[in-house]
Amino acid sequence: MTNQPLSSSNPRVDLEYRRKKNVEEMRHQVISFTLMIFLTFIAFAVVALKGFTASFIVPFILLLAAVQVVFQLFYFMHMSHKGHEAPSMFLFTGLFLGLVIVLAFMTIIWW
Amino acid sequence: MQAEEKLTYETWPASPEKSTLEAKNKFLGFWLFLGGETVLFASLFATYLSLKDKVPDSTHHLAKDIFSVPLTLVATMLLLTSSLTSVYAMYHMKNFAFKKMMIWLGITVLLGFGFLGLEIYEFNHYVHEYGHTFTSSAFASAFYTLVGFHGAHVCFGLGWILALMIRNYKRGLNLYNAPKFYVASLYWHFIDVVWVFIFTVVYLMGMVG
Amino acid sequence: MSTYAQKKGFGATVWDYLTTVDHKKIAILYLIAGGLFFLIGGLEAVFIRIQLAVPNNDFVSAGAFNEIITMHGTTMIFLAAMPLLFAFMNAVMPLQIGARDVAFPFVNALGFWLFFFGGIFLNLSWFLGGAPDAGWTSYASLAIHSKGHGVDFYVLGLQISGFGTLMGGINFLVTIINMRAPGMTYMRMPLFTWSTFVASAMILFAFPPLTVGLTLMMFDRLFGANFFEVAMGGNTIIWEHLFWVFGHPEVYILILPAFGIFSEIFSTFSRKRLFGYSSMVFATVLIGFLGFMVWAHHMFTTGLGPVANAIFAVATMAIGVPTGIKIFNWLFTMWGGSVKFTTPMYYAFGFIPSFVCGGVTGVMVATAAADYQYHDTYFVVAHFHYVIVGGVVLALLAGTHYWWPKMFGTMLNETLGKITFWLFFIGFHLTFFIQHFLGLWGMPRRVFTFLPGQGFDAANMVSSVGAAFMSAGVILLLLNIVVTQVKNVKVGNDPWEDGRTLEWAIPSPPPFYNFKQLPLVRGLDALWLEKMEGKKGMTPAEPLGDIHMPNASFIPFMISLGLFIAAFGAMYHVNDKPWAIPVLILGLAVTFGSMLVRSLKDDHGFHIHKEELQDEKGAEA
Repeated sequence: MTNQPLSSSNPRVDLEYRRKKNVEEMRHQVISFTLMIFLTFIAFAVVALKGFTASFIVPFILLLAAVQVVFQLFYFMHMSHKGHEAPSMFLFTGLFLGLVIVLAFMTIIWW
Repeated sequence: MQAEEKLTYETWPASPEKSTLEAKNKFLGFWLFLGGETVLFASLFATYLSLKDKVPDSTHHLAKDIFSVPLTLVATMLLLTSSLTSVYAMYHMKNFAFKKMMIWLGITVLLGFGFLGLEIYEFNHYVHEYGHTFTSSAFASAFYTLVGFHGAHVCFGLGWILALMIRNYKRGLNLYNAPKFYVASLYWHFIDVVWVFIFTVVYLMGMVG
Repeated sequence: MSTYAQKKGFGATVWDYLTTVDHKKIAILYLIAGGLFFLIGGLEAVFIRIQLAVPNNDFVSAGAFNEIITMHGTTMIFLAAMPLLFAFMNAVMPLQIGARDVAFPFVNALGFWLFFFGGIFLNLSWFLGGAPDAGWTSYASLAIHSKGHGVDFYVLGLQISGFGTLMGGINFLVTIINMRAPGMTYMRMPLFTWSTFVASAMILFAFPPLTVGLTLMMFDRLFGANFFEVAMGGNTIIWEHLFWVFGHPEVYILILPAFGIFSEIFSTFSRKRLFGYSSMVFATVLIGFLGFMVWAHHMFTTGLGPVANAIFAVATMAIGVPTGIKIFNWLFTMWGGSVKFTTPMYYAFGFIPSFVCGGVTGVMVATAAADYQYHDTYFVVAHFHYVIVGGVVLALLAGTHYWWPKMFGTMLNETLGKITFWLFFIGFHLTFFIQHFLGLWGMPRRVFTFLPGQGFDAANMVSSVGAAFMSAGVILLLLNIVVTQVKNVKVGNDPWEDGRTLEWAIPSPPPFYNFKQLPLVRGLDALWLEKMEGKKGMTPAEPLGDIHMPNASFIPFMISLGLFIAAFGAMYHVNDKPWAIPVLILGLAVTFGSMLVRSLKDDHGFHIHKEELQDEKGAEA
């Protein structure tokens, strides 16, 4: 909870401070949104341009996707705030186990 | 703090989504649920990847034949933008600006419906253009199940947000419904997270071949 | 004012339980329903042993035998062992952390009713054209070709009850993270609470793959999909992976709470702090994590290749290390303690050698190369019964005796309890020890009969006699319960006199708000600590005040009932019954309608006022 009210004597000042914090945070979110749109366009572009090999495109767009997801989680879903220790632990455990499952299905299922 | 209490702009807490015990529980419980959903979608992705392009014979279309850039791009933009609008809604929720929150939620819902409509058009297109139906091949079954599961999540999310909006239309924000709005918006973002992987892994990697 | 403690008529009591959101009453529901399914599963086991008692037996047909073994496994794992553990988790865990309630009382009730309707649906298959017959693992290559609706009952029934389990798991996790009493840090939590926490986390991650697997199977069988149709590009190995990605964590979901129960019992009746508490916590978490990394050891013989087999074999053997830590810690807890031989302690004693046997054979079957020899023989049957019965079922029986006074306010008869133990314990080893050798001699599992003169006759007879002993034990336990409840001699807060944890600080059974004032926890074994300082109970952490409680609700029942109805529609839709789709829609409408009602109608709960609490007698701390 980054925007917890501070214990100043004037509640009005706290409120102002909080509003400012919220505005600042909103600006961060707009920036991350712009970046996400940008990344999406790049991902679509490398596929649409047909100039690249599959062995470049696949890891590259997966990387872009991972970056986008980090933006979503940490900014849009506020995981960068305090008080998200348990949520992030469980979410990342889920992600890790999910990766293990995908890896297994990609390697040891073949007929 | 009591959930039913009438609050004003001045007394509205900084983190209304976590200011009562009930809200804290809801907040944490929902995040844990999302952790479980991650594994659910991972299992679906794993199934899709191992059945990708697995068709009975060469008359069936493969991933690179059916997916197209423009359709996916538009769908992605719709959903991505709806994620931003729901962030705006939560921004206004934290500032106790109920009307503005409702407007942004309304835009979110509209964008969501746009996405859903596009998906219905897309599925319809695959069925009639390519004979790519749910029962035509293992590849098709896996594709429709993965993307359809996501679509069902979108559908449920829309119903959820709409129900919240209608229910609270007249009474404004309080500490009983603020966590509900917050959790619904978390769900909406999670849908977008899944979509990022779907457009990358299913559509873009599908077009690459 | 004691309106809360009024005597009620039978109808009112039933309604009370149908609508309850009180975790202690939900625990009793879990105990009754789980116990019922345990008896059904036990009956099926008896049928199996009667059929296999003598060669060439025709007690049941081959087809019926397949149904019985499938339902025995499925019932015991999903409908008996899990719910019975959930019963203890619900009854005890909130008390152990000093909470007045669970985090989501409504969801808790919903979890129970989903499990219950799923279980009923699955068992209705006996009367509606035949039970599932593809084994409890329901491998796709068999299951998609199974005639009739048996496997459909399996898929839909487990799907419904699986949702319930998932909700229960999330509820426990949030309860433990958010609702601990003042001073109850993570490293002061009793081991049963810790194991509930880890098992719930495993449920959260293990059930989604099962949900996916069951969904794919449902789509294949009922809606014409091709996930497992090899001719259409499908792949049956996917089911095996999804099932075991769930299935292996599942056995740890069962055994960890069992470890937790025994940890409480060892420490209580050795009258000594649990030896190596922090290493126990560490081992529990480590087992939970490793439990997800080993699933393919069930599939060594499918041909994963030497690299995958080696990785999964090594990971599996690694689990032996934290389990060994636990075994030694229990032994050292007793070492130098003042051991009291109560019925729960008998079970705890019996558990250690039995479970070690199961662990040792576990390492044997984990050896990939050797597993080609053991696979699909009675050796495997012996192995997993040694861990499940020797671990989980002994823990359930021990827990029943240990916490019965807390749940019902009466003490089960100790003499009968000890006789039950000996009957069950001897019966268990008689039944399953010989099966190791049957397996090594070459008897395959899941066969409905065998020919005379293969050297299997005597051993199978011994095994069946053992089953009779176990049945006698269970019947004696039921008798004990009936006698105890008829006599109805009430006991106080701490009937074992050696209670260490918070549940023994409050009346038996506890008032519905558990703690009048939340207790102040000053260390591990909070109540023991206070007792050692000569105090009678816990020091309150707060002044007496109003208590907020949730309202009872009938909606959980309705949501679950809707899915139960919808499942019939989904199933009979393949037979082109005209009513199938309407029934499916009706069921889903009931479910989603009830959910909508829940979300539209505000439910703020109610308050018990300070004055009422002061009037109530007997509730201390």
